[in-house]
Amino acid sequence: MSARELFTFRNPYFSAGVGLAAGLFVLTALGGFIVLPYAQTELKFAGLWDAICSAAGLPQRSASVPTAKVGPRLSEAVLTPTMLARPGQESIGRGATLAQRCAICHGPTGISRADSPNLAGQYASVIYKELLDFRSGARRNAVMSPFAVDLKDQDMADLAAYYAYLPRLPAYHPTPQLPRPRIVIYGAPVRGIAPCGSCHGSLDNKTGSPWLEGQSEAYLKAQLQAFASGQRTNDISQQMRNIARAMTPQEIDEAAAYYASQPAEIVKTTD
Amino acid sequence: MLVNRKLVLAHFWLAFAVFGFALFLGAWQMFVRSPLYTWISNPEWYYRSLTAHGTVMGYVFPTLVAMGFGYAISESALKQPLVGVRWAWTGFWLIVAGSVMAMVPVALGRASVLYTFYPPLIGSAFYYIGVVLVVVGSWIWVALMSINLRVWRREHPGEPVPLAMFANVAGSYLWAWTAVGAALELLLQIIPVALGWRTTIDAGLARVFFSWTLHAIVYFWLMPTYIAYYTIVPRAIGGRLYSDTMGRIAFILFLVVAMPIGIHHTFADPQVGAGFKFIHSAFTALVALPTLLTVFTICASVEIAARLRGGRGPFGWIAALPWDNPIMLAVAFSFVLLGFGGAGGLINMSYQLDTTIHNTQWITGHFHLIFGGAIVIMYFAIAYDLWPHLTGRALPTLSLVRAQLWLWFVGMIVTTFPWHWVGILGMPRRMAYYDYSDPAISPQAFSVTLSAIGAFVLLISGLLFLYILATAHRQPATDAGAYRFSVPVHPVRTVPLALNSYAIWVALMIGLTITNYAYPILTLAARSDTSVPAVYVGAQ
Repeated sequence: MSARELFTFRNPYFSAGVGLAAGLFVLTALGGFIVLPYAQTELKFAGLWDAICSAAGLPQRSASVPTAKVGPRLSEAVLTPTMLARPGQESIGRGATLAQRCAICHGPTGISRADSPNLAGQYASVIYKELLDFRSGARRNAVMSPFAVDLKDQDMADLAAYYAYLPRLPAYHPTPQLPRPRIVIYGAPVRGIAPCGSCHGSLDNKTGSPWLEGQSEAYLKAQLQAFASGQRTNDISQQMRNIARAMTPQEIDEAAAYYASQPAEIVKTTD
Repeated sequence: MLVNRKLVLAHFWLAFAVFGFALFLGAWQMFVRSPLYTWISNPEWYYRSLTAHGTVMGYVFPTLVAMGFGYAISESALKQPLVGVRWAWTGFWLIVAGSVMAMVPVALGRASVLYTFYPPLIGSAFYYIGVVLVVVGSWIWVALMSINLRVWRREHPGEPVPLAMFANVAGSYLWAWTAVGAALELLLQIIPVALGWRTTIDAGLARVFFSWTLHAIVYFWLMPTYIAYYTIVPRAIGGRLYSDTMGRIAFILFLVVAMPIGIHHTFADPQVGAGFKFIHSAFTALVALPTLLTVFTICASVEIAARLRGGRGPFGWIAALPWDNPIMLAVAFSFVLLGFGGAGGLINMSYQLDTTIHNTQWITGHFHLIFGGAIVIMYFAIAYDLWPHLTGRALPTLSLVRAQLWLWFVGMIVTTFPWHWVGILGMPRRMAYYDYSDPAISPQAFSVTLSAIGAFVLLISGLLFLYILATAHRQPATDAGAYRFSVPVHPVRTVPLALNSYAIWVALMIGLTITNYAYPILTLAARSDTSVPAVYVGAQ
């Protein structure tokens, strides 16, 4: 029993096995790399090699395809769940100093009296990402944008650390807690809307998604409407735009009112 | 000659115990996402359960059955005590340790990533390391099967390897090679991220690696079932195997063509070129060959048994079959389920037809029908057939055994047929909640309810199976005699070297893997712009 006896074309099993396998591979490769690309009349190729490269999955820009229209600036923030975890005392202290100029809208304790977001105890990654987006122009606001323009990355990280460090306090104008509306509990699976809590904290938190409890109703509603109309575009992969577009105006009202009426203390901590 | 009965029994009992546990989870999942229940409110519980169910049913249960059955085959087909018993126990305990290590983080909700891992989703490193230990344990079995065959060959030079052992070793080689894909994915991609050494992952490349494992693993699950078709069924129903050669060719074909086809799992993935998808689609069609050969050979073998029992006429012989024999019942059920499952599989493997059912409940229905139905029902048959030889005691009552098989067959059809149907209607898979009050999916509520009821029938059948095996240990002792495999119509005196060894076929298996996988893997690995930030389960 030797390999020489087996691996020779005199062995009918070897020649049949190798012949059939090789033949099939060549045949299917011809089909997959040449026949099929040309069978799709909407695809245009510069030549045979171009067609083969396209079928092999080599990324290329075809000259015949017009480049995508330049849309609004998109968020360039790259976040990982552990990026801003465990900041040093120095970072928090620097953040506290920098935060003095935020207090006019966001409140000296991070609780707003002006329908701006409450920042006390917000996830650090959220504050960091929004500041980055305001600076890059991916998110725009007449009041907020000028504040972010001159911030350095380290300033933003320090601000994020400081606000995440502050204790969560009751909102300034608390309303009686409302029952959870259907859209918040279940979302609307058929319309592709997940329950709010699957990203915003009560079930799970996805990096970059804020907790919403106790935020201003007017602010929440305005943001949902801005996402729905496409005014706000700094949600990566259009996550929030897709959801807000599919929500009815009534559902937007209900969700905003519900979250505004919740105490911020119930939000899960970050670690 | 079964010497190491405890070893085989340990594998089978652990396999069936975890199977019973995962069956509970499966039934619970079917229930909570059906209209029979409002909603668990927290989808995390659903995915936690789904991860446990998939990990146990996909990795632990069939691997243990293949290993236990493999050891039994090695001893009784080769008629020599197992070489390397201590190593076999090491493999067993590695699987125990790996399973516990993987299941603890799953139970704690730290690894709800489903058994297919889904990078960039990343769970606790212990989960993945546990899965690796299970695979390493099974690789010890692969090595032992090869070594035992080698020992036998040395003492029986030139003799034909008994079909059961030939198939068993083919199955072990297939597993050794197919597990490499998932091993590469875990070791190169996922575990470094899970341990925090890296924070980004190439999800596309990881999925291609997994597809390397994901399809051929099904044929590894299938091996014990096909071995039972060829080497248990004809003997158990009093017939002869129609063709030993056909059996060898079928197992060789599985070895060669089960591997280079996995990309049909990534038809919707953008990172693989359409040309490779087409090649894999065409090669997938080839795996129908060994199955068709098997169906023909086994039907012929069964007909021989019927005619020996006095069956007459072109179809009249079917009535003469020993229908009260559980093995007869099991193989008939298995073929029916395999027929429907195979027909559904033709849709999945077709590049174009797949788009209508990709990622819908059809897929879940399909693999439950094939694996849970056609394959697992033969695992039951293997256990029933081997049990008297392992325990030295007869099974309590055959009527209970028949009832168990009937329940499983009916339960599997009631579960999976509506499942396929709602998939055609577009219901997505892997969702914890469906809003049945919505007019768009309320017509599917009836089918899903039916399917959930089927799941409970399966649960009852599974528990009955465990009950029968457990009570068999308390029966009076009997001598079941030596464990035998079926005898072919024409005694096998000589077999061509190519059908008595693996070198050509393993070389072809590796060669086709290279032609069909090397380019997609290497191009993705060489690119620097394909990684995305990992998403850690439970991280905030």
